[in-house]
Amino acid sequence: MIDQNLLFSFIAAAAVGAAAGYLGSVMVLRRLALAGDVLSHVALPGIGIALIYNLNPFLLAFVFLFAASLAIWLLEKRTQLPTEALIGILFVTSLAVGIMMIPDLEELGEALFGDISKIDLFDASLAVLLSTLVFAVGAKIYKGLILGTISEDLAVASGIKLRKINLLFLALVAVVVALGVKVVGTLLMGALIIVSATAAKNLSRSINKYAALSTIFGLITAPSGLIIARVYELPPGPMIILVGIGIFLLSLLAKK
Amino acid sequence: MAIPEQSAIILKMPDTILKVENLNVEFDGNKIIQDLSFEIDKGGIVAVIGPNGAGKTVLFRALLGLIPYAGKINWRNDVKVGYVPQRFIVERDLPLSVKEFLGYKKGKKMAEVLKWVGLHAHLLNVPLGALSGGELQKVLIAFALLGNPEVLLFDEPTTGIDIGGEETIYNLLRKLKNEHDLTIIFISHDIHVVYQYAGNVLCLNKKKICFGPPHEALSAEELKKLYGTEVGIYPHTHI
Repeated sequence: MIDQNLLFSFIAAAAVGAAAGYLGSVMVLRRLALAGDVLSHVALPGIGIALIYNLNPFLLAFVFLFAASLAIWLLEKRTQLPTEALIGILFVTSLAVGIMMIPDLEELGEALFGDISKIDLFDASLAVLLSTLVFAVGAKIYKGLILGTISEDLAVASGIKLRKINLLFLALVAVVVALGVKVVGTLLMGALIIVSATAAKNLSRSINKYAALSTIFGLITAPSGLIIARVYELPPGPMIILVGIGIFLLSLLAKK
Repeated sequence: MAIPEQSAIILKMPDTILKVENLNVEFDGNKIIQDLSFEIDKGGIVAVIGPNGAGKTVLFRALLGLIPYAGKINWRNDVKVGYVPQRFIVERDLPLSVKEFLGYKKGKKMAEVLKWVGLHAHLLNVPLGALSGGELQKVLIAFALLGNPEVLLFDEPTTGIDIGGEETIYNLLRKLKNEHDLTIIFISHDIHVVYQYAGNVLCLNKKKICFGPPHEALSAEELKKLYGTEVGIYPHTHI
C-alpha cells in the first residue's frame, strides 16, 4: 500500500514539476518570478475554507488563486498603482485571513509546506490531466506571451490578443499553483515555478531549448526530491526545492 | 514602346492609401493629438517630425489601432501595415534566437526577406540580445516585411548606424520602397534626413504644423513654430 502511495506521489510530483517549469519559463522572462511566489500564498484562505467545510482543497485553492489573478488583471488597467504593489496587498491579506481561518497548527503546516504523502489516485490523475491541459493551452499562447514580453505594441500590432492570452496564462498559473499546494505547499510553490526556469535560462540561447530545459528540470526536480526525502525521512516539500537549487547552482557553473 | 498618353496620366494619378480626418487622442485628459488631418499617397516616403512629446509615436499607435482615438483613420481597403517599433532594449541574455523571433511571424519566406534587408544567415542562430543596434533594426524590419505589408510604419530609424558598408537604414528603406512597391511612413528627429529621403513631411506638435514636400513645407518660420527655437538647417539637394 505504501508503495502504491509513493507511486501516486511520484506521478503527481512529476506532472506538477514539469508544468511548473514550463510556465515558469514565461514567468521568469516577464520578471514575474516573485509575483508567482507571492501569488501562491493567496491559496491559503481557500485551503482554510476547504479544511473547515471538508471540501476539496485543490478546488478552493484554485478558485482563490484565479480570483486573485483576475483581480490583478482588472486592476492593472484601472489604477495607476504598480502591479507588484497590488500583488503585495493581496498577498498579505490572504496570508492574514488564511492563518486565522486554519485553526489547527498541524493543518496550517500542511497547507504551508504541503504533504505529498496524502496524495491518492484521484489527486494523481487530476495532476496528470491538468498538467496536460497546461501544456496544450500553453503551447498555443507561448509565442504571443514571448512577443508580448519583448514589446507589447509589436505583439498587438501582429494581431495577438494580448489581454486575452495574459488572462489565460494567469489561469494556467492558478491551476499549477493549486496543484502544487499538495506537493510542496503554498510557501514553496513559487520556488518550484521559478527555480527550473532560472537554471534553464543560464544554459539556453534559444527559446525552444529554454522551454524544454525548464520543463525537464521541473520534471526531474520534484520526483527526485521526493525520493531523497523518503529515503532520508526528511520533509518532501523543502527537499524538492533544494534539489531545484542544486540544479540551479550546477547551471551557474556550466554557464561559466 | 512609347507609353500611351492616357496611361501616363493614370500613373500620375495619386492613389490615396491613408486618409486621417480630425484625429484626436487624449490620455487622462491631456490632449496628445488635436484635430489632425492629412492624406498619404501610395508609394511615397513620408517623414513625421516634431519635438519630444509632440505625439509622433502616439500617432503611429493610433494608426495601428493600438489605442483609442476620436476622428477618422481610413486605410485603403484591406491594406496590410507593417510596423517597426522604436528600437527597444532586449535583455542581453534573452534566450530567443533571431530565427525563432522571425518564425513568430507567419507569411513570406524567411530566407527571401533576409536577403531584402541584407541580413546574413549566420545571424539566425544568434540570440536577439546579442545583436548590434543596426542588426536588431534590420531584424525588426524583416519581421515587419514577413507579413507582406504594403505600408511600413517605422518609428525612429536610428541615424548614423552603420548597418554594413556605406548603407544606412534610410538607403535600405528607399531600396525597399523601390523594389517592393512599399509606402513608408517614418518618424525622425533628424531634419537633414527628411530633406534627403522624404517625399512629404508631416510636422507635428500636437497639432499639424505643416505638411508637404520638405522644400516647400519646412520654412524657417514653420520650424520655429515646431521646435520653438531657431533651427539651423540647410536643404540637401544631392539625392
